[in-house]
Amino acid sequence: MADYPATLKYTKEHEWVDGESPATVGITPYAAEALGDIVFVELPEVGATIEHGTVVGEIESTKSVSELYAPVSGTVTEVNQAVIDDPELVGSAPFDAGWLFKVDVSSTGELLTAEEYAAHAGV
Amino acid sequence: MTDKRTPLHEEHVALGANMTGFGGWQMPLRYTSDLAEHRAVREAAGLFDLSHMGDIGVQGPDAAAFLDHALVGAISQVKHLRARYSMICADDGCVLDDLIVYRTGDSEYFVVANAANTDLVLAELERRADGFDVGVKPVPTALLAVQGPRAEEILRATDGFEEDPEASGGVTLENLKYYACAPMRFRDEAVVVGRTGYTGEDGFEIWVSPERAVELWRALLSAGEPFGLVPAGLSARDSLRLEAGMPLYGHELDTTTTPFEAGMGRVVRLDKENADGAPLPFVGRDALAARKGAQPARVLVGLRGEGRRPARAGYDVVRRGVDGTAGVKVGSVTSGVPSPTLGYPVAMAYVTPEVSAEGTELAVDVRGRTEPFVVVPLPFYRRTK
Repeated sequence: MADYPATLKYTKEHEWVDGESPATVGITPYAAEALGDIVFVELPEVGATIEHGTVVGEIESTKSVSELYAPVSGTVTEVNQAVIDDPELVGSAPFDAGWLFKVDVSSTGELLTAEEYAAHAGV
Repeated sequence: MTDKRTPLHEEHVALGANMTGFGGWQMPLRYTSDLAEHRAVREAAGLFDLSHMGDIGVQGPDAAAFLDHALVGAISQVKHLRARYSMICADDGCVLDDLIVYRTGDSEYFVVANAANTDLVLAELERRADGFDVGVKPVPTALLAVQGPRAEEILRATDGFEEDPEASGGVTLENLKYYACAPMRFRDEAVVVGRTGYTGEDGFEIWVSPERAVELWRALLSAGEPFGLVPAGLSARDSLRLEAGMPLYGHELDTTTTPFEAGMGRVVRLDKENADGAPLPFVGRDALAARKGAQPARVLVGLRGEGRRPARAGYDVVRRGVDGTAGVKVGSVTSGVPSPTLGYPVAMAYVTPEVSAEGTELAVDVRGRTEPFVVVPLPFYRRTK
């Protein structure tokens, strides 16, 4: 639990989003660990309109590929070029340098508290 | 059905391994990081639990003749304490399993089959033994592999591990040849050590009784730590074997594939003869003889990715369109990973013969996006000796 800040919200698909606007989005340490070593990240483009619950990118590890779901709806304002250049950041610092993109939020989907997420993921 | 557990299961769990189902067994996928484990094997050494592999003993006066009949290789020609890569094929010439045969005595062999195929191989061998004076039986054993450039030093430094020149006829770790095996000792127990592996590195595979597996595992880990040895899981094993261009059953080989298509025609010995000089009618011979020399409908090739995205098993290989769009399908990827050693994606794929030449520019449909790949020779990686 200590690894999952109460200041963030989470999705059942293992993304996190903060309460700022624009909101920052990333994937949880649980997801990053399950994926293994991350080697490729595809993110939505700046300016793209995204809808919560839909696929907006991909995260590829040495062994598998996972889809990235939008936790919120809105317009993408920034993507983290550092993780595109160095995808291992997603695994090594999922809440910090490994954030993925920022969204000007118009609405949100079903989001979990840290406690609810921990119960969901079994962490 | 619940997955089986190897004698080292608790060791893996204690080391924090991410366990996964594989071939009917619970096996470690990784302990820490796929990349770190892969790199350790290339640069120092990795320790693998291979106890899920199927060990089948073949003994009796007709053992050599029986294996010549049952497998596609000339097994009777394998010398004492040597090993050979071979295949067991069906009547139609397609591959039921690829395996390694070790000769451990005049009329004594053991056959190592893939975990998922063990029951099938055992049943086929038993069926094919009809008419031969031979016994075929599973051998309960644990198998550990130390793979990497430091492997020999690590074994030498392992507490309780000893060469046994008397039993091995003078064979030591140092003079043990590639694809050879020898009896050695671990504490008060006889073990068999093979200089074989599945990583493209120098290394050893050690058969030990299930009861002593944990003791040997711990001794190897402890001795190997100063040399950079780490426990390594299935994920690293897969990326290592793929860089080394080695086929994996269920990917490059299956019951729809002949050894010729897989580029493994050399293991098929159509020149095997009976004692009276007549061609030996081994299982699959007629079908394989009919196919030899004919152009197979598909050929296994190596593909090097020019972008960053790896191809995965099952993805379509297509002609590269001039405008970057995908052209017609010409094949299918059987295995693909981002190569940790080389730094670019590598894949093996079956393609039609006309696009199989080295240097042919192809593409892989990576989930709707066309990624450029070029045909390159296998293996992708070869160690410097």
